[in-house]
Amino acid sequence: MATTTAPTSSHSAEASQQVKHRPDRSYRRRQRWGWLFVAPFALIFLTFLILPLVYAFRMSLFTSTLATGNKFVGADNYVKAFTDPIFLQGLGTVAKFALIMIPAQMIVALVAALVLDNLATWASKFSRLMIFIPYAVPVVIGALMWGFLYSPRFGPASDIFAIFGLAAPEFLAQSNIFGSLVNIVTWQWAGYYMIIIYAALRGIDPGIYEAAVLDGASDRQIATRIKIPMISSSLVMVVIFALIGTLQFFTEPQVLRAVAQGAIPTSYTPNMYAFSLAFSYSQFNYASAISFALGIVVFVFSFFFLFLTRKQSGLK
Amino acid sequence: MALVTDTPKQRDSGRKVRGSGARNRARNGGPRIGSHIFLLILVIYFVTPIWWLTVASTKDTAGLFGGSGGPLWFDNEFHFFSNVQGLFERQDGIYWRWLGNSFLYAISGGVGATILAVLAGYGFAKYNFRGRTAFFGILLGAVMVPLTALVIPTFVLLSSVGLVNTIWAVILPSLLSPFGVYLMRVFAQEAVPDELLDAARIDGAGEIRTFFQIALPLLRPAIVTVLLLSVVGTWNNFFLPLAVLSDPLLLPVTVGLNGWQALSNAGSGGEALWNLITTGAFISIIPLIIAFLSLQKYWQGGLSLGSLK
Repeated sequence: MATTTAPTSSHSAEASQQVKHRPDRSYRRRQRWGWLFVAPFALIFLTFLILPLVYAFRMSLFTSTLATGNKFVGADNYVKAFTDPIFLQGLGTVAKFALIMIPAQMIVALVAALVLDNLATWASKFSRLMIFIPYAVPVVIGALMWGFLYSPRFGPASDIFAIFGLAAPEFLAQSNIFGSLVNIVTWQWAGYYMIIIYAALRGIDPGIYEAAVLDGASDRQIATRIKIPMISSSLVMVVIFALIGTLQFFTEPQVLRAVAQGAIPTSYTPNMYAFSLAFSYSQFNYASAISFALGIVVFVFSFFFLFLTRKQSGLK
Repeated sequence: MALVTDTPKQRDSGRKVRGSGARNRARNGGPRIGSHIFLLILVIYFVTPIWWLTVASTKDTAGLFGGSGGPLWFDNEFHFFSNVQGLFERQDGIYWRWLGNSFLYAISGGVGATILAVLAGYGFAKYNFRGRTAFFGILLGAVMVPLTALVIPTFVLLSSVGLVNTIWAVILPSLLSPFGVYLMRVFAQEAVPDELLDAARIDGAGEIRTFFQIALPLLRPAIVTVLLLSVVGTWNNFFLPLAVLSDPLLLPVTVGLNGWQALSNAGSGGEALWNLITTGAFISIIPLIIAFLSLQKYWQGGLSLGSLK
């Protein structure tokens, strides 16, 4: 897929170049410069991506106890992980987040981008920036801030709900914490996705709409029949970003845990589980297996999604 | 995934025509009150938390709990400067140290990652070296590897070479940005014409000089975008420093403030910290907000670069 099509389009360009340069030995010698340009990145890539991956995989095949030392156990840790109710529950939690949070973010981002694309006023420019601003707030600070806002002691919720004559819900209670987390993530990321979608909308040739307007198409029809199909590749990219981010959900629940006493267990998401296994219980081997298993799940889901949407994204 | 995106030139001209088109339509369709009300609601939703933080940073702890103006308005008393002073006094001003650490990590990690991405992106785009296809394929796969899955093995690896609990434990892993390389390659492919490079070579410029004098200036919009993305990425990073740092003096501001918050919630005499947390959080978000507002014209176009087409 991605990996195989990418070079084809560039290949044709180079093929013609090669024809032009075939007798030229200096051309071929020059191509080796490519490695020099790529080398510094390749070094970091090997050290901090490939090496940890290989190492994590190796670690996950062993167990380590004080009594026996390191012992090779093959796939035992993976069997344990995929039958571990805590890990499976964590996976279930992030899957539920993915099903609710990604559509929520996408709808906010897409509708905002479509509305902004139709306007060219100072108010729309200002709104675009303000909707994007939360992206500039570190995730930890965002979660801390919402923790304050949710808190019945500090937050404005009771005042706001009182306007409508309602009692504020307990955002940090166990039954509501899921929705509270969805809200934090949507607030933090919808603006970023909106900017990506908006930039894609600005890239469409406006001549296309003019023809549609002449044919009597309404704004809504232009949006659903022309604009959305034309930016589908950007939408696919945004969903992939959101999917990868959601499955490794860690920071927000970790930060909110301190505020919402008891509502968020240390094993709420797979990443939190791996973190507490490693740093509270020193079970580095099993934690590596959990991390690696999560990595596989994320990878499989992303590829599966790219496969499902290959038509929209232009990948084959 | 076809590395064909609009060239910057096409996109610019498209935008110009488009702008006038949108204005015409706005004129024909009236002032679009409904759209503006919708935007107003969105703006209120997205700005309220930041507004709350701004207001909260001017209150003392008593004001935070029950100030005269309520949570969303200023108090009678203005405590911002005494809060800042409190940040200087608490643990000998460790907050400012955290803020400095965040700057150090974000700038060295972000600048480093950008330099590597520019070089590699240009190398991938403009040289047909052996192994390029395979390496780029692996790199595209790596964009989908969840980086948090690497934190625990990275911790173990770094501790085996004695780098845990040093600034390098945060900076070195932050240099990794496969997505940045991908963006740079897509951009360099379109924005740097081969003919221009060939002309420079014919004039006798070496490969390095060609890169610095011809390619680099053309890559500027993408460089700013990748720089912003990687600085934000490092500035935001929480899992990695949380795992690899234990010395309080090395923490970035995110991990430090989170520790204060956990401390205050545990109720171990930490109640007085609330005003310091809100003021510290407020000060820590200002630099990035300023960076984004002042660099708008670069990133607004640049962020769409990654779209697969």
